[in-house]
Amino acid sequence: MGEPQDCFARLTGVKRRFGAVIALDGVDLEVRAGQRIGLVGHNGAGKSTLMNILAGAYAPNEGRLFIAGQEQPDYSVGRAQQLGVCCVFQELSLCPNLTVVENTRVTHRALRGPGWRGKARALISGKLDEIFPGHSIAASTLVQDLGIGQRQMVEIARAFTETETPARLVILDEPTSSLDGHTAAQLLSFLRHAAAGGISVILISHLLGEILENSDTIAVMRDGRIVAEDRASAFNRDKLVQAMGTEESPAPVPQSVTAARAQSSVRVRARPGRQTSSREVVAHEGEIIGLAGLAGHGQTDLLRAIFSASSRRSPDVTLVGTVALVAGDRQADGVFALWSVADNITIRSLGRLTRGGLISPSREQALSDHWRDKIKIRTPDMGNNILSLSGGNQQKALFARALGSDAAIILMDDPMRGVDIATKLEVYDIIRREAHSGRTFLWYTTETDELSVCDHVYVMRDGAIVAEMDRSELSEAAVIQSSFKGAG
Amino acid sequence: MSVPGKTTFHFSSMGRTLLPAFSLLVVLGGIAWLNPRAISYFGFNLMLNLAIPMVLATLAQMFVITGNDLDLSIGPFIGFAACVSATWLHDAPLVGIAILICAIGAYAAIGALIYLRDLPSVVVTLGMGFVWQGLAILVLPQPGGLAPDWLVTIMGIRPPFVPFPVLAAIVLAVVVWFLLERTSYGVILRGSGGNPVAVRRAGWSLLKLKMTLFAVAGLVGILSGLSLVGLTTSADANIGNGYTLLGIAGVILGGGEFTGGRVSPVGAVVGALTLALAASPLLTFMHIPPDWQIGANGAILIVVLTARVLVSRRQGLT
Repeated sequence: MGEPQDCFARLTGVKRRFGAVIALDGVDLEVRAGQRIGLVGHNGAGKSTLMNILAGAYAPNEGRLFIAGQEQPDYSVGRAQQLGVCCVFQELSLCPNLTVVENTRVTHRALRGPGWRGKARALISGKLDEIFPGHSIAASTLVQDLGIGQRQMVEIARAFTETETPARLVILDEPTSSLDGHTAAQLLSFLRHAAAGGISVILISHLLGEILENSDTIAVMRDGRIVAEDRASAFNRDKLVQAMGTEESPAPVPQSVTAARAQSSVRVRARPGRQTSSREVVAHEGEIIGLAGLAGHGQTDLLRAIFSASSRRSPDVTLVGTVALVAGDRQADGVFALWSVADNITIRSLGRLTRGGLISPSREQALSDHWRDKIKIRTPDMGNNILSLSGGNQQKALFARALGSDAAIILMDDPMRGVDIATKLEVYDIIRREAHSGRTFLWYTTETDELSVCDHVYVMRDGAIVAEMDRSELSEAAVIQSSFKGAG
Repeated sequence: MSVPGKTTFHFSSMGRTLLPAFSLLVVLGGIAWLNPRAISYFGFNLMLNLAIPMVLATLAQMFVITGNDLDLSIGPFIGFAACVSATWLHDAPLVGIAILICAIGAYAAIGALIYLRDLPSVVVTLGMGFVWQGLAILVLPQPGGLAPDWLVTIMGIRPPFVPFPVLAAIVLAVVVWFLLERTSYGVILRGSGGNPVAVRRAGWSLLKLKMTLFAVAGLVGILSGLSLVGLTTSADANIGNGYTLLGIAGVILGGGEFTGGRVSPVGAVVGALTLALAASPLLTFMHIPPDWQIGANGAILIVVLTARVLVSRRQGLT
């Protein structure tokens, strides 16, 4: 850390309201050159708003903003770019219809005139190679053809590309949430390297371990304010959770007494499309089955195959019961952007909510209110548009959609990305209870912590199952080992 | 999706480009089989007689679709441009040019209105369609007028070996492809359809982008009206009405999509040519009576567009 060096950015008394909601209630923050600040807080604590203010996307209602030693009264996205401030947003901000090279051009006005394409290609390929050695992303690929993890890698690399102005401050909102352990480690080591070179980094993450290990200073936000700020070494996991204001540490959930695997009836039997051996994923009634491995190795495809088998017969999949899917890429596959929160929750259950052939508004409301309370969706009115919710709360609504349905089998496509730790614990709890009452879960996750909730874990590599382990045999080392080298 | 990007990309993007070419070949093959003599210099000149205005109308629609909007006024607008060219442009060229420039400005203003008030483009342009139609009738109450000589000369060019409509289509395809797909500003225009929020966050004005797309659509629409008058030598207020929906069909047939900024200039030109050929030459050669041709036209459109959807869905699964 060293002595306080020159201050690159300073916020004093910054306030921001959205209608009646106070998102930021007087924030003071100082960012020094080469400093890595970890920013934590619950969903809706104001982290994303703070980031948007630094990026120039929102103007503060009150307060002052100093960047590079000067007050910035007319701060805008363009001004932020000139000063070398850039952001990696949680909602991916790439254009899917453009190639990786063309997306690089979108953020760089200097890339123009004859030969701009070649310059952009060199820029983005160079950064990808530097941050994620061994990545398999071709610069001429359309972004829509990339997996979500690869898109996140492109987005991160793009934030560090430099044309006219060097990057001075990079703000990353949940950058590792779509990355697997290997690429996340590559990114974090790059951040350390970049900070040593004088670039300031603000890292927003719900993974407290990641924050503790990769920041110089940690700032904790709650209710639109910074409630604690200190050197990272002064914090530990418990202190952070306490500062974030979790009401109480959730009581340990009774571990469901797992019946021996063979005893309950089989609900799902599925063989990945690219499996050459006879291995298959088997899920019994009341089980939570984890799908592990590096991101993009066929887990999502397997879940989709199982999901489509519910409406169309497939030789590789046997299903007993109805299926619901909790999408991972919530913007693309999850939310109905023009609908209210309530409508987004009840869509899967409309068949049950009718009276005399028409949808009954009272039943609809009862269902959505029940889940608002059960899963704690933070909104003043369930009739509000779904996009008025923070990212984590949108994801909760998608959970409510699946859990509120009559589905016996619930498929989860890494749905916990960008969800804060308190919510995660609540949802794990609900999942365990639902499993206890007979529901079956198939859960693809990139976080090893979540695998420990599962009864049985299958590890996938290159679109096939390469290993399986019971909860008793599960360890991070075992999962990583089989993710990288084929075992079967 | 999980397949490493490279292979997926090559496969699906090949499909996106090849499909429009394939449908054109099928229509050409049908014509060649029914009437081999049509595949000749004169044959193409006749069959593609009205292809240039059609290609331009499709390209105009494509620019609007690039920004996730639809223009239901482009047909009447082309009719209006044609009426102005057959009257003012012939009698008082400067006034005619001024009117047409104002019309482009009006298109940009419509784009601004749609963006600023967040209005559905379908509603606004449907209304504007009636406005343009009314203006066209005011300018030219009865069919008639006279095309400026230079327009007739241009449209009457007979280059050696390659029929003029084919040559013009190739030139238009290459020019628009370059502007939209290769220039750095074209990237931003397409990006504004792909992810407007991201483009705005990167510091671009969505208002300016929307106005640009509409202004270019207006310009290309005027070119379509001019070429139409150059071919027919006179105008009629209803002359362009059919181009609204044929233009949309051409864009979609050419591999474009209604949302997401996914358009292909080359595909749109090929789609427009396919429609121009499938419309009347193919049906005439099939000895379908004129009374049934419009219905048969619709049937062909449905078949071709269904094939497109089926093929792209299959690729989506691989």
